[in-house]
Amino acid sequence: MKTILKSTVALLTILVAFSSCNNSEKSGSKSGALAGNVAEKVYVAPGEYDSHYAFLSGGYSGNITVYGLPSGRMFKEIPVFSQFPTSGYGYSEETKPMLNTSHGFIPWGDSHHPDISQTNGEIDGRFIFINENNTPRIAKIDLKTFETTEIIEVPNSAGNHSSSFVTENTEYVVAGTRFSVPIPQRDMPIKDYKGNFKGALSFISVAPETGNMAIKFQVLMPGFNYDLSHPGRGKSHGWFFFTTYNTEEASTLLEVNASQNDKDFIAAINWKKIEAYVNNGGGTMMPANYAHNLYDEDTHTATSTMKKEVRVVNPSEVPGAVYFLPTPKSPHGCDVDPTGEYIVGNGKLSANLTVHSFTKMLDAIEKEKFAGEAYGIPILNFEDVLAGSVEQPGLGPLHTEFDGKGNAYTTFFISSEVVKWKLGTWEVIDRKPTYYSVGHLTIPGGNSGKPQGKYMFAMNKITKDRYLPTGPEMEHSAQLYDISGDKMELLLDFPTHGEPHYAAAMRADLIMERSQKIYSLEENKHPYAAKSDADTKVVRKGNEVHIYMTTIRSHFSPDNIEGIKVGDKVYFHVTNLEQDFDVPHGFAVLGQNNSELLVMPGQTKSSVWEPTKVGVWPFYCTDFCSALHQEMQGYIRVSAANADTPLKWSMGEDIE
Amino acid sequence: MVKSLKFLALVISLIVFSCGERDKKEESSYGKKEPLKTEKKEPASKRIELSNKGVGPITSVDLGLVVDQDMATHGKEIYGKMCTACHKADKKFIGPSPTGILKRRSPEWVMNMILNPEGMTKEDPLAKDLLMEFNGAPMANQGLTKEDARAVLEYFRTLK
Repeated sequence: MKTILKSTVALLTILVAFSSCNNSEKSGSKSGALAGNVAEKVYVAPGEYDSHYAFLSGGYSGNITVYGLPSGRMFKEIPVFSQFPTSGYGYSEETKPMLNTSHGFIPWGDSHHPDISQTNGEIDGRFIFINENNTPRIAKIDLKTFETTEIIEVPNSAGNHSSSFVTENTEYVVAGTRFSVPIPQRDMPIKDYKGNFKGALSFISVAPETGNMAIKFQVLMPGFNYDLSHPGRGKSHGWFFFTTYNTEEASTLLEVNASQNDKDFIAAINWKKIEAYVNNGGGTMMPANYAHNLYDEDTHTATSTMKKEVRVVNPSEVPGAVYFLPTPKSPHGCDVDPTGEYIVGNGKLSANLTVHSFTKMLDAIEKEKFAGEAYGIPILNFEDVLAGSVEQPGLGPLHTEFDGKGNAYTTFFISSEVVKWKLGTWEVIDRKPTYYSVGHLTIPGGNSGKPQGKYMFAMNKITKDRYLPTGPEMEHSAQLYDISGDKMELLLDFPTHGEPHYAAAMRADLIMERSQKIYSLEENKHPYAAKSDADTKVVRKGNEVHIYMTTIRSHFSPDNIEGIKVGDKVYFHVTNLEQDFDVPHGFAVLGQNNSELLVMPGQTKSSVWEPTKVGVWPFYCTDFCSALHQEMQGYIRVSAANADTPLKWSMGEDIE
Repeated sequence: MVKSLKFLALVISLIVFSCGERDKKEESSYGKKEPLKTEKKEPASKRIELSNKGVGPITSVDLGLVVDQDMATHGKEIYGKMCTACHKADKKFIGPSPTGILKRRSPEWVMNMILNPEGMTKEDPLAKDLLMEFNGAPMANQGLTKEDARAVLEYFRTLK
């Protein structure tokens, strides 16, 4: 009897649940996942492809993760500023120089804002740039190989945060400092910050063909914090805009002391004007010391060069190049709409969103209507440059993106939501919650004149109850929205790796067609490559031993090596002879105290091993490569330091 | 209680029944075991299949009356770079030796094996057997062009 009662109650509950579901759908409140067709919108059938790539910064992982949209599936982690044992990046002899800096080898970074290269204001899918916040650097990833191919250190910068955004034709990738510091660095009392520290905004030129970076000039600005930036585009191409906070120039307890001023500034920089000045010999070469690390795709090897000077420009040297636009209050995001007319300043502590007009700014400059100056830089009147404001849209605005259809989407950290509003009328059209405390958001084609406004995703700082719990530490959560209609529709919730600050995304086609499948063995110019079995050898130079080794399914050549001694520095130079797509081989030797190597077809990678113990030690392939993968192994014999075991190597026959 | 007893009985009867089955089988086959077949099948590598063109892009090859020495020299170079990790001219290695290959295989089959090894080991019965004979070591697709594969074939003609 009891059971009957119980089951009746259960049945009723289910019925109620179902009918209430129906009710909510009938009443038209299509709340995200409850809407029936949502699953179809994110379902990518097995074997089919996503329509978009998304490149999410990893924040304190130092890397970039690659996702597909709309599925939210992660495809790859690209190592950038951090050592990555999975592939050997930053551990292999070839890639160690990538992480060299003026502070020595740095195994870790804090990656923030990826931005894809552009041609004529449209993203072209050739390169991604990303900034390292902690030890200021800018990296370039080649989207042909999805590998980091260049890293340049940014001198005079500290907390490289208002970076790394590219101009309309990738003339420059721009890197602004968050923290102001003494320039040049020197030993001085911290309390003397005000008036003495400076903020360097770096314009790094990008060579059109190779993409190679060089610091063209740095503008030495007053000692504020430069938080975020974006390029002008279309009509405002040639300008760059930076939000500032701590215009109070406080050096302690900033959460109070940097929140005093009613308005801070957006700095508007006419980089074309400064570029012309510099091209005519303007500016000063100042002594510096910074690393420029370049990966050569032919030799598969990176080199690090220390640069000894950098060109700096004081704003007062170039009249008419720098202006301040008053912006309430501690603005964070600094976003420019696709037409280049509107510059949105998201005042973290402001009730309203401030939108400046580029046209009005030019007009005010022309009429010289200045409210004053700061360190010789003219300050425009707030009212003269204001295009409009979005009244009380939410709490804690951070970042804004655009859909190319006249709408803007702003994230609100404190009220955990994305608000859609209309450019020009400033009316709020829609709002949707995020889970939880959203930072950046991305619309594919984001920083460009032509956003591809079908999807938008929000990257959240707090996860809490979104997924199965994984202890105190959880991955962050992101939400994908369909923005093709009037109202945003929540489609998907997916976990992200590290702390994605910003992401760059774009349609898949341009990247797909350029994506490289193998490295050509023919074009491999690595000095230690063994390009066929005939090239394999072992060479001793003092206590250095170089092993020219090959891999192919499923053996190493040589696979028996003798004559190594304790105290030797043994270099395994492993060339993968395969020339077929997706046939990597791995290499690991017992006691290897750096990392394995994962060697792509046609590639050469080197790992150094310093054996400390006498014995016969195995090495093996770490990547399951064929049915005979478990047979892909070898032995290396290590004798005592004073032994006279002759150097011998072989494959397919016994030694001696 | 009654229920569980019944269940137990069922389980027991099942065990008994299946035991009985097995006993019967063993009994019936006892003493009737056929002797193992000892006749050896010829290994795939020794089989001669000159009319099999294989599966792949090559449907016909014209071999000249005399060896084209320039082409053979080029072929030897390609072979040295791309093939020697697994094939030796003078002996069986990871894969078979190419010496005398045209006495056993058609030129089309050889080129298809170079150009389309995945397809061959899936669809060509001989290539399938060879894969098994060589311990499942796959023939790697080294991405040769048709011209390069043709040159390698010409080089094979010079191996005696």
